[in-house]
Amino acid sequence: MDGSDRLLDRTPGVEEHEATASYLSYTAGLVLAILATIASFVVSQTNLLWAPGIPVGLVVLAIAQIGIHLVFFLHLGSGPDSTNNILALAFGVLIVFLVITGSVWIITNLNSNMMPMTAQ
Amino acid sequence: MAIATIDRAPTAIPTELARGRGGGGPAPKRIVVAYGFWIFILSDMVMFSALFAAFAVLRGNTAGGPTGAELFNLRNVFIETMCLLLSSYTCGLGALSAELRYPGRFLIFAAFTFVLGTAFLVIEATEFAGMVAKGAGPSRSAFLSAFFTLVGTHGVHVAGGLIALIYLSAQVIAKGLQAAVLRRLLCWSLFWHALDIVWVGVFTLVYLMGAS
Repeated sequence: MDGSDRLLDRTPGVEEHEATASYLSYTAGLVLAILATIASFVVSQTNLLWAPGIPVGLVVLAIAQIGIHLVFFLHLGSGPDSTNNILALAFGVLIVFLVITGSVWIITNLNSNMMPMTAQ
Repeated sequence: MAIATIDRAPTAIPTELARGRGGGGPAPKRIVVAYGFWIFILSDMVMFSALFAAFAVLRGNTAGGPTGAELFNLRNVFIETMCLLLSSYTCGLGALSAELRYPGRFLIFAAFTFVLGTAFLVIEATEFAGMVAKGAGPSRSAFLSAFFTLVGTHGVHVAGGLIALIYLSAQVIAKGLQAAVLRRLLCWSLFWHALDIVWVGVFTLVYLMGAS
């Protein structure tokens, strides 16, 4: 029989033993995450970036580091076992984005339309 | 042989293509369990996003009290970050050792994870206590309320994770690395890595942007 007997053998609840990762992938993830962390701290404490661009740089580095964590530590890949997890993650990211940017946007707008407060 | 042919007929799709897309029979239990736990983690992320949003809105409202730049010690934050990152690494290595059925190696990595997680919590608790002693407790300003809520919720998650780690290590010792224990370990490692992801957001938005 060819590879399809693996498919026919599978029943619910039976563990299919396959290692999902290796020591090497965790170590690669650790090195990349440490580099991203150091870069974040350096960017925030030095004049390496143009001052008004520092928050943007920090957000970019944070997103990069989250990506590193997702791929190397949580093993979200392009494999078929990850499809559902990726879809759920995409929905989660959408909600997180709506909550954070929506709140900041609305409150900033309200704040700028407030009557000027005078000191008593 | 005839039965095998009949069985194989509806599954003409190659196994690798069918998996995870509804074809090819039910997914293995550890995939299903990890997916359910992943949904829980994402809902936890949505809760954290509300706390992040509150902090982002209130970060400037210091009510004449101390600002982040005056309160935060970035050297401590860097040590905290490294503790949590390394504990994520040892947690991953421990999960891998468990998957390869090395209980002794798993327990060593679990001990490293526990020590690093505890070090993180001790540094954070010291920082909180120092801020409260300086009169910069959660009741001082809206900024500090949001700060303590966000960072404190993360700390509570870390503490809960450490308690769960003790519980799981005891299960590994008592029951061995059987399938059910392995699935719990898989879920726990997902939780621990997710906490590290939240911390990336915390040190970027709260500490680095707040201190500069």
